[in-house]
Amino acid sequence: MTDAIFGRLGLSSLALWRAFENPDLSELIAAGAAMAVIVGGLVTVVLLTWFRLWGPLWRNWLTSVDHKRIGIMYCALALIMLARGVIEGALMRTQQAFGLHGGFLSPDHFSELFSTHGTIMIFFVAMPFIAGVINYVMPLQIGARDMAFPVMNQISLGLTATGAALVMISLVLGKFSTGGWANYPPYTGADFQPGPGPDYWIWSIVLAGIGTTLSGINFAVTIYKERAPGMHFLRMPIFCWTVICTSIIMIFALPPLTVAALMLAADRYLEFHFFTNDLGGNMMNYVNLFWLFGHPEVYLLVIPAYGMFSEVISTFSGKRIYGYMSMVYATMSIAVLSFCVWLHHFFTMGQSANINAAFGIASMAIAVPTGIKVYNWMATIFRGRVRMTVPMIYATGFFYLFVIGGLTGVMLANPVISYQVHNTLFLVAHFHNVIIPGVLFGLLAGYHYWFPKAFGFRLHEGWGRAAALLWIVGFSFTFLPLYWLGLQGMPRRSASFSDPSFQPMLWLALFGAALIVSALTCLAIQLWVSIRNRAQLAAPLGDPWNGRALEWSIPSPPPAYNFAMVPQVMARDDFAEAKADGRAYAEPEAYEDIEMPNNTAIGMIVCVFGTLLGLALVFWIWWLAVLSLAVMLLALIGRTFRLNVTHVIPAAQIAAEHRAWLAKVKAAPAVDRLEETHARNLGRAVLERPIGSEAAQ
Amino acid sequence: MRFRHVSKVMLLAGCLALAACNGTGDTFLLPAGPIAAAQRLELFKILGWTLIAILPVFVLVPIFLWRYRYRNGKARYTPDWDRSSVLEILMWGVPLVIVTILSVQLYRTTHALDPFKPIESDNPPLRVQVVGLDWKWLFIYPDLGIATVNELAFPAQTSVALDLTTDTVMQSFLISALAGQIYAMPGMRTRLHILADAPGEFEGENTQFNGTGFPDQRFNAIAMTPEAFDTWVAQVRSDGQALTSDSYAVVAEASTGVQAQQRMGGEDQPEGVLHFSSVEDDLFGTILHRYTRGTAVPPSAQPGATGYDPQAATGGQSQ
Repeated sequence: MTDAIFGRLGLSSLALWRAFENPDLSELIAAGAAMAVIVGGLVTVVLLTWFRLWGPLWRNWLTSVDHKRIGIMYCALALIMLARGVIEGALMRTQQAFGLHGGFLSPDHFSELFSTHGTIMIFFVAMPFIAGVINYVMPLQIGARDMAFPVMNQISLGLTATGAALVMISLVLGKFSTGGWANYPPYTGADFQPGPGPDYWIWSIVLAGIGTTLSGINFAVTIYKERAPGMHFLRMPIFCWTVICTSIIMIFALPPLTVAALMLAADRYLEFHFFTNDLGGNMMNYVNLFWLFGHPEVYLLVIPAYGMFSEVISTFSGKRIYGYMSMVYATMSIAVLSFCVWLHHFFTMGQSANINAAFGIASMAIAVPTGIKVYNWMATIFRGRVRMTVPMIYATGFFYLFVIGGLTGVMLANPVISYQVHNTLFLVAHFHNVIIPGVLFGLLAGYHYWFPKAFGFRLHEGWGRAAALLWIVGFSFTFLPLYWLGLQGMPRRSASFSDPSFQPMLWLALFGAALIVSALTCLAIQLWVSIRNRAQLAAPLGDPWNGRALEWSIPSPPPAYNFAMVPQVMARDDFAEAKADGRAYAEPEAYEDIEMPNNTAIGMIVCVFGTLLGLALVFWIWWLAVLSLAVMLLALIGRTFRLNVTHVIPAAQIAAEHRAWLAKVKAAPAVDRLEETHARNLGRAVLERPIGSEAAQ
Repeated sequence: MRFRHVSKVMLLAGCLALAACNGTGDTFLLPAGPIAAAQRLELFKILGWTLIAILPVFVLVPIFLWRYRYRNGKARYTPDWDRSSVLEILMWGVPLVIVTILSVQLYRTTHALDPFKPIESDNPPLRVQVVGLDWKWLFIYPDLGIATVNELAFPAQTSVALDLTTDTVMQSFLISALAGQIYAMPGMRTRLHILADAPGEFEGENTQFNGTGFPDQRFNAIAMTPEAFDTWVAQVRSDGQALTSDSYAVVAEASTGVQAQQRMGGEDQPEGVLHFSSVEDDLFGTILHRYTRGTAVPPSAQPGATGYDPQAATGGQSQ
């Protein structure tokens, strides 16, 4: 009877109970993590109730279909998960530093850590952070009022949050998978891992993966259909080009993952034999499907980061991006090539040398367009006027570290080298080397760059610089030693090791991890300090960095409808041109009513019942699974019967708001770039021209 | 020509760094066989060629950032300059040339160092069958009728042809000082050839995570003189026990080498090592075909699976 109600959920599923029964250090750490989740959740609930914030939270955020709010929620989710991911990483570094013949964590706990760390960092930090920034910035850059499908956008967020929630709940109930972020069968098959661990992985990936596929469709359609008049494809900011490439990858690369995870679920739940040892199963089919997703995935992450660096470097050098067309071609070639290289993740499978050579050469070919991009950014700095603000510090770190990652990438693309360093810490060092300086630095630069757009005040510069430098130095100390250990043959995912000569490098790596934790702390302090000093940091007029694209031509934060009048785009870097021509800040001739989508609770319904569905499937609570699925489907179908889904913002209101902002802009002093980070910078920029030429002010 | 120079200097610097390091020598950076040596050479070549493309970044980025800093009023400022045909050709051309050269190199070495390809040597090759078990390696010498756990002995300057599979989840077999790794997968056979230049001991390992005993899944690869190898074979024949389907079922159970030694007896061997004086006929084939017979293999008969039962396993096997 209890089985029918609770499935395989029992007292021993509770991390706290396990620690009570068997209180060793490993279990106590697990219990501490569980307590952190529970207490964190309770404190949030209490604070929200105390400050009576439930109403505003529900009305302004959770039910909002505004792409800007959804973008901010994505980023908030990513930052919370980043904190967990970094702590797990630091814990693993500590374990390995003390891991000569042992360490303090049980091997099982360690394997759970590297599995959640990888899953979280890829699926619930990098992806939502990317999706968040794209959500926020892309419609503003192409002059759109919202995404093409605002409600679907909310559902995507709901599904991503569902996946993240399942990974968080796994700290309290049951245990997560121990099979790594790639979750290879047969190790994760029912024969070898009958517990709920791999099921947590499957359902969080499947639900979040569907959300990401929907996001990809949404981004692509928005760019294809919602561009402002005059915004031809070749006038779009480079960031929008990277978004097109990323959405194409999202649409085509996520389905193989979702399908592979569902096939693994069929093996585990329904005794299929896709990937089992016996009855014709073959785990290499899983491995192929997984990397058919997995390799495009890393480009899905890094391509928008390239876009962010393009925006940042061009703005803070006060120049057009060098080689726009080269950038477009390079980005597109990377996106296409990313689908032709997946086999380099398993050169060691035993296939013929011809196959290995073909995929090796294809992998190496990606270095060409990537190299072009790096050179183009350097040429953008050349003969510019460079301000070393926080985003440029990240960009400098990126230049240095990312080319090291590229170098080791060319090494790994060679099957002959891969045979030696595959599955070792060399590989771990390599992909952290491209994902942290590439993706994360890009995102943090973008976070710093667009934060004033989203909130109307700049982030504190000093704490930002400290964080950026700590990230760069911390990264170098943590991951460069791992290259060496990998060359020495230390396998990845080792809870312990027996070669004392590994120890000094692991200590260095631990020191680096401590720096990274400090970097994260600086980011938290920066946010806190910036919110407290928001009056001094305010830049409500909208253009704090002398920006070049359309998003800087509107107030900060932008109104819900983004643009009082849909802009007529005349050129690439339209706002920079408009400022030079004197077209900027012009009063439109007439204002029109704007029709905007209504708020809806559908995303939250999908999120809550999706999480319940995931939990029910993990713990075999069939009645709950059926119920949650039914509620989700009924809610989605019910939604289609609603006809009254938009509201109209009257022209008069828009005119009043817009005129008030224009008056403020006209009245405010324009600041030059020396005052960029000073309190006087309210977001109106002095036009900067070459010295000696006519000042066009 | 200058570029070639650069790669030579890098090679030299690399070798010096290696000489300075105080590792255990179980790495292809200190190779003990022709394959690992070729792999190291390949690594340095890639390093040299790639540096041509990345050194300009290292050098020019700080120069540009300093020269074109905002406060430097003397530097030229060209806000609308965004194209130069010469630069475009250089930017696309140089990486393209480097990648082309490296691609030719890659094609050649990938074929030359194909793990399935026998290594040429004057002595007749030695065949060894390798079975990856959870947290230990079983080596069967089909032509000698002996087997070991976690000890791979072979004569130096002799090509050793390894056939690999596992009787549990996927694993990856690596002796870094001799040659690269290859996957071992249930129901499938892969092949790897190794050769040691001179007698010596090298660490071998599994690099594919397979559970809690994963870090302990290491073994000694011992290259010997022919005489020493003969003595070793005689020793295994004299001090070993028989490897039958019954004893194999116990060895195959998820356990580290040390645990298996405790279970099977054999405390006189080195830590974690077992010797078998005889091997059941075609044990490797039996293991390999266990999963491809078209009948279900329940977890109780799959070594390494939760619920594996050695007794049920042998019952299921000796039909």
